[in-house]
Amino acid sequence: MTQLETPKTTAVVTHHEVPQKWKWYDYFTFNIDHKVIGIQYLVTAFIFYLIGGLMAMAIRIELNTPDADFLDPNLYNAFMTNHGTLMIFMWIVPAAIGGFGNFLIPLMVGARDMAFPKLNAIAFWLNPPAGALLLGSFFFGGSQSGWTAYPPLSLITANTAQSMWILAIVLVGTSSILGALNFVVTILKMKVPSMQWTQMPLFCWAILATSVLALLSTPVLAAGLVLLLFDINFGTSFFKPDAGGNVVLYQHLFWFYSHPAVYLMILPIFGIMSEVIPVHARKPIFGYKAIAYSSLAICIIGLFVWVHHMFTSGTPPWMRMFFTISTLIVAVPTGVKIFGWVATLWGGKIRFTSAMLFAIGLLSMFVVGGLGGVTLGTAPFDIHVHDTYYVVGHFHYVLFGGSVFGIYAGIYHWFPKMTGRMMNETWGRVHFALTFVGTHLTFLPMHQLGLQGMPRRVAMYDPQFAGINHLCTIGAMILGISVIPFFLNAIWSWMNGPKASDNPWEALTLEWTTTSPPAIENWEVLPVVTHGPYDYGRSDEGKPTAQTAASV
Amino acid sequence: MKQIPLGIITLIAGILITLISLWVGQNNHLLPVQASAQAPLVDNFFNVMVAIGTALFLVVQGAILFSVIKFRRRRGDNGDALPIEGSFPLEILWTIIPGIIVIGLGVYSVDVYTEMGGMDEIGHHGMTHESMMAQPKSNPIGIGSTPATEGKPPSLVVNVTGMQYAWLFNYPDSDVNTGELHVPIGQDVLLNISANDVIHSFWVPQFRLKQDAIPGQPTQLRFTATKTGTYPIVCAELCGGYHGSMRTSVVVHTPEDYDRWLTENRVAQQPEMDQTVAVNP
Ligand code: HEM
Ligand SMILES: [Cu+2]
Ligand SMILES: [Cu+2]
Repeated sequence: MTQLETPKTTAVVTHHEVPQKWKWYDYFTFNIDHKVIGIQYLVTAFIFYLIGGLMAMAIRIELNTPDADFLDPNLYNAFMTNHGTLMIFMWIVPAAIGGFGNFLIPLMVGARDMAFPKLNAIAFWLNPPAGALLLGSFFFGGSQSGWTAYPPLSLITANTAQSMWILAIVLVGTSSILGALNFVVTILKMKVPSMQWTQMPLFCWAILATSVLALLSTPVLAAGLVLLLFDINFGTSFFKPDAGGNVVLYQHLFWFYSHPAVYLMILPIFGIMSEVIPVHARKPIFGYKAIAYSSLAICIIGLFVWVHHMFTSGTPPWMRMFFTISTLIVAVPTGVKIFGWVATLWGGKIRFTSAMLFAIGLLSMFVVGGLGGVTLGTAPFDIHVHDTYYVVGHFHYVLFGGSVFGIYAGIYHWFPKMTGRMMNETWGRVHFALTFVGTHLTFLPMHQLGLQGMPRRVAMYDPQFAGINHLCTIGAMILGISVIPFFLNAIWSWMNGPKASDNPWEALTLEWTTTSPPAIENWEVLPVVTHGPYDYGRSDEGKPTAQTAASV
Repeated sequence: MKQIPLGIITLIAGILITLISLWVGQNNHLLPVQASAQAPLVDNFFNVMVAIGTALFLVVQGAILFSVIKFRRRRGDNGDALPIEGSFPLEILWTIIPGIIVIGLGVYSVDVYTEMGGMDEIGHHGMTHESMMAQPKSNPIGIGSTPATEGKPPSLVVNVTGMQYAWLFNYPDSDVNTGELHVPIGQDVLLNISANDVIHSFWVPQFRLKQDAIPGQPTQLRFTATKTGTYPIVCAELCGGYHGSMRTSVVVHTPEDYDRWLTENRVAQQPEMDQTVAVNP
């Protein structure tokens, strides 16, 4: 265990020639171990999160006053566009699916690695160039047409930057298709035979649903963007109105992917929630099957709601009505999950670890975001608030509350497994308190701004909105500060934190049955599943009880 | 809790939550003044959603808060909780109740939408042919005649053009061109909306109405203003760097004021007709 050697990454890794631990520099190579790739994804995503967060701070400083006095309006749009793009494509998707998915899926289903390890590494290495393209586009003015890139605006502003933006999205899209394929095969083919389908952790169900969704919808986005690229650079006119193109067609192609994309972002987080809550509440998850099937239901219904983003564009009336109803129906499986988690808390013995705090914080914010989402799903009301700060408030509740809190919960929960060290809980609480207060202060008032008449994506606004905007900016600064305790805690603990045992939370899923951090091929001998993933409170043979934290 | 049976507590909590939610639904004052015939429809609908939302919010957040306080781990207790896996009736209940709520909201929103004129296939009525912009490609879409005005020609037609970063209003019947919309109160107004360069979106928050101006695709908005005053017209779709400054106003006049405004402008604009036409295709 002490003699370390660098693996030859090109050679087939066999059980005997691999070292027991990775060195720091292995994380900068084309490594094909799923755990290394998972951490590569997570660290990269956090870096982009910081960059996107700095852009958000710049946006909020600009919006502190009604005039465009901090950023030039075009530069403002470039920041706004790249903030949204980075946060969606370079932060949530890579962190939630790439990071947690890669690290956890093989461990949770009892496999030694993903089905196609090299493909996995390729999928990861598509991300850094994509991020570089996005950031590099600032040298060419920065793409300015929002993360939705609607033509004709995207056809006429900053062509080079816009093309770089498209290439970046196509790269990450390719990455997520490759990743999704890998997850589907890994889950279907490499689950240890002793694990029944109903014993598979809910995170695996969530990733399965996410991957199916990604496989079905991402190609459509790629198609739409490639057509846009052709329009910009090669003189075609798919979306050019004066040459017979149709600008609304682009919106259909875009939203056919990008609505499901929000479920891509949120389903893995739902998976994380379903793992974190039972462990720290010491209770089986309430309604395992309902939660598993609701992921699949969200995945299917999610494919039929995209027009709710287009209620005010050129949409025929029947379409608006059909999509109102289908959109509202997604609320049902989502509600089933929320109620399941609340019922898991109910009657539990809740431990307020940092992971659990973030999970509960997520729950309470997702309720607000979800209720706001239901109102937006109804066409007559959406017509009033579409493209306003009501929407910005809503999706930050879902994306910041729903996803960022979930990712933090996941980090605090699996940090010991990933690094072999514990994080500091006190600083975790400080981090939670700042984040929770900051999020509400930033995003709650935005709902009112939108209702009252402030459109989104504006560098300058009517002075009557100055007061509320000022409040949002203060909230954003608190959010900006909130990452400091987290990063210091994570970096310090990774290097010097107290050593973690194999199963510090006394959890029952398979990843906790190996060492912390897991050995290179995960287990000496593949584990045999003798109990369900959430059998807390039962004293069956062969599973750890809360008192004896022995591994299986 | 020992003396009072759980049923009564639940009942009282239920009544309280209902009362609070109904109150919040009626008194949230979140929306600006109502200035169109459509606005009260949207607002009533919004208030119903706020009431339902408040109730759900209180119930779910209440349950979370209650659990967090009541079911926290006690010092020294390192055991597990009772292993309750689920409850089929409860799960059916919380699938069915939200199901009923969202179906109800769906039906209600179709109803409101019809009342607002959303279901009208504008352009089939053939009453605005002369005044419509020459856009033969397809029928315009948008929010059209309400059941009250169904089948009747509008009393005023205005052609609206969005361009970076201004709105232009053309009154085809009186040859007036302006940068500000003027309409008489209580009249059925039809806007023919088009865009010159990129997508814009015509929004009057006080009317609760919004419609994108789409290059190559005519759109329409038909409304009746119900309150005199000056209200902002906002561009709601990102249309370039100065999108945020693409603002103007709609002035809702009494009929007499409107006539005065129209006469003044008709006269005032005669000498500079060529100029205005040049910027307004
Ligand atoms: C530090 C916290 C954050 C703040 C203060 C913040 C602030 C903002 C603001 C003010 C806007 C609107 C810009 C405009 O419309 O002009 C915006 C847009 C957006 N944000 Fe954030 N944000 C934060 C974090 C996030 C996160 C974590 C995500 C997603 C995971 C995210 C996703 C988006 C998206 C998708 C847009 C839309 C961009 C567009 O319209 O093209 N934001 N953000
Ligand atoms: Cu505009
Ligand atoms: Cu605009």
